[in-house]
Amino acid sequence: MAPLLVIVPFFSIIIMNLFPRKLMQYTSFICLGFLSLAQTYLVLARPEWFWHKNVDLVDSMFSFRYSVDEIALVLLLCIGVVVFVTLLSARAMIPDVRQRVNFKNLLLVSLIGMNATVLVKDIFSLYVFIEITAVSSYIMIAMNKDERALEGAFKYLILSAIATVMMLASISLMLLLTGGTTFTAVSAGLDVAGRGLFVRIAIGLFLCGLFIKSGLVPFHGWLPDAYSAAPAPASVLLAGVVTKVSGVYVLIRLAISVFAFDNSLQGLLMFVGAVSVLTGAFAALTQSDFKRMLAYSSISQVGYIILGLGCATPLAIFGAVFHLFNHAIFKSLLFINAASVEKELGTTDMEKMGGLAQKMPVAGVSSVVGLLSTAGIPPLAGFWSKFIIILALWSAGRFVYAWIAVLASLLTLAYFLSMQRKVFFGKLKAGFENIRESSAGLIISQAVLAIITVGLGLFFPFIVPWR
Amino acid sequence: MTTRLVRSVVGLAMVSAVVSILIFRLNSPLAAVFELSVCAGLISVIFVTTISFTQRLTPEKLELRRKQRFDKYSYLPVVLLAVGILLMIFKPNPDFPLPPVPKEQDARNIIWHLRHVDLLGQILVILAGVFGVVILFKEPRK
Amino acid sequence: MSLEGAHIFWVFNIFIILLSVMGAYYIIATFNLIRSLIGLELLIKAVTLLIVLAGYLTGNEGLAQALVITLIVIEVVIMVVAGGIVVSVYRNNRTLDTRRLKELKG
Repeated sequence: MAPLLVIVPFFSIIIMNLFPRKLMQYTSFICLGFLSLAQTYLVLARPEWFWHKNVDLVDSMFSFRYSVDEIALVLLLCIGVVVFVTLLSARAMIPDVRQRVNFKNLLLVSLIGMNATVLVKDIFSLYVFIEITAVSSYIMIAMNKDERALEGAFKYLILSAIATVMMLASISLMLLLTGGTTFTAVSAGLDVAGRGLFVRIAIGLFLCGLFIKSGLVPFHGWLPDAYSAAPAPASVLLAGVVTKVSGVYVLIRLAISVFAFDNSLQGLLMFVGAVSVLTGAFAALTQSDFKRMLAYSSISQVGYIILGLGCATPLAIFGAVFHLFNHAIFKSLLFINAASVEKELGTTDMEKMGGLAQKMPVAGVSSVVGLLSTAGIPPLAGFWSKFIIILALWSAGRFVYAWIAVLASLLTLAYFLSMQRKVFFGKLKAGFENIRESSAGLIISQAVLAIITVGLGLFFPFIVPWR
Repeated sequence: MTTRLVRSVVGLAMVSAVVSILIFRLNSPLAAVFELSVCAGLISVIFVTTISFTQRLTPEKLELRRKQRFDKYSYLPVVLLAVGILLMIFKPNPDFPLPPVPKEQDARNIIWHLRHVDLLGQILVILAGVFGVVILFKEPRK
Repeated sequence: MSLEGAHIFWVFNIFIILLSVMGAYYIIATFNLIRSLIGLELLIKAVTLLIVLAGYLTGNEGLAQALVITLIVIEVVIMVVAGGIVVSVYRNNRTLDTRRLKELKG
């Protein structure tokens, strides 16, 4: 059943593009909406369709080697939700119809790429689909062709391609060492090969490539430029899922299933995670552009996830995956806030804004929800995931890292509060009297995401069996 | 400036040819043919097309550039060619002492049966590339 | 990995490392956008050669060729998209000089 997640969208691209020009905007909207909603619904309501024990008719026809477990399910859910939200925001933010259809096509291609990345069981196929997602996001960033967007896209392209080259070199070294490229072959081979010099070089190269793709320090140079310069729906998609799936998820999958998860790897991950958390938080304090600040905040949050991953106890990994999901939700929410602000005001410079909450209540409330969740304030969902990570770090004896995590949480609260004060509350600046609330698509998406955050936070102890 | 760029592209094509011959010596004829035809051919065409779209430096700019920039970069393509020629000497390695293990050797079979996921990936990438060309290469309407 | 294949491995390795260093140098040390693309191409070629070498040394030439063919297709698409971006940059600015394009701060 799971291969359908890849094959059905693929056929729908072909079908979608066969329609005449005039109908295309409606059919593409319907197709994408249906696919993303169906994905969300199926993961939530019928997860047993996805477990890889059932080998039914579809599987035997295509013999797609895939694997689905809990982590993959969470990611599929993320992808479904964020793609749907991006679709809604695209309707509002891209006025030109032809460009919107192009964007939706690219969105569909990246949907397929991300679904397949989550599902495959082979390192090289993983690379292929990461690359597909990356190519579609290069084009999406560069779509409006204004100067900053093109420069951001080019920087992203070069750095991402360098990451690709590193990953490929590592794949070939692993081919040399183990004789195969599927996960099982590679992990068996790496167990046999031990920890010699070549194995370390191979794993190190792959990790460097993944660090570049997830935007961890010191390879985060492309992230603020790409996030802030991209057109708004592309920013939502990028920040919400693309970085997570093609960077962080692959790290989690490989660290758990393929590479032997020993102390040096854990130590490295925790160190890089902690450095990213602090750097992102400090840099976000000094930003005056809304989207750039959100980008640095993303770097910080991804650092949290990696910190949790590096700790390697089951509780920590659970916290990391949960934080990944939460971050996808609330970061998309914040970026849609930024999008609606940008659309109404025409600028993203925070120094020029003030008192918007009187005119844009939905944006104001949902941004408060988003920021509180990022900073980890109860009873929102972000609190639970951060709390679990800190708890896991403490109980594993890594006190320094736990303190760093708590400190960064306070920093997060600080910069977000200052952002809130500047942008949404306070006095209404001159010239902004006649702005309205943004259009329906943005309102719905903000409301949905905020509700998810609040709901998950409130009901979390009841849904998940509390160990 | 432009002749140096074109020289770089030609250097790239020659390096592609050298790499392709090396691949052929490593018992991989299919990959060698692909590498030669695509990288030494198609990609050079793409580069020359891109360069031709971005020409037209006015004479003042040329003068400015010539005065500002010392010719530090002009030796790079020459170094490239020299390295390529130097390593062609290494090429006729007489002995490949590893005995070939009798596994499935024909790459075409492997792509079709074993790795059809990658095939789907290739089709998707080409689709994405087509969208990219449609979006990015359009003349802006003035 | 047997010991007789080791010396071939090292000879080819030197070539590969040389190619990749040259590619990286091109990307970093140039002020022209197109030249950084050429450097990227060189890096990808180095990795291609590495994959084929790995396939040869383990006897898996078919698999390595399949990987290389997929990789070449992806590489072409990346170059086309990069070319599109470069052309758009040129149409906006009339220059390809990175010294003049410093819009965004790192």
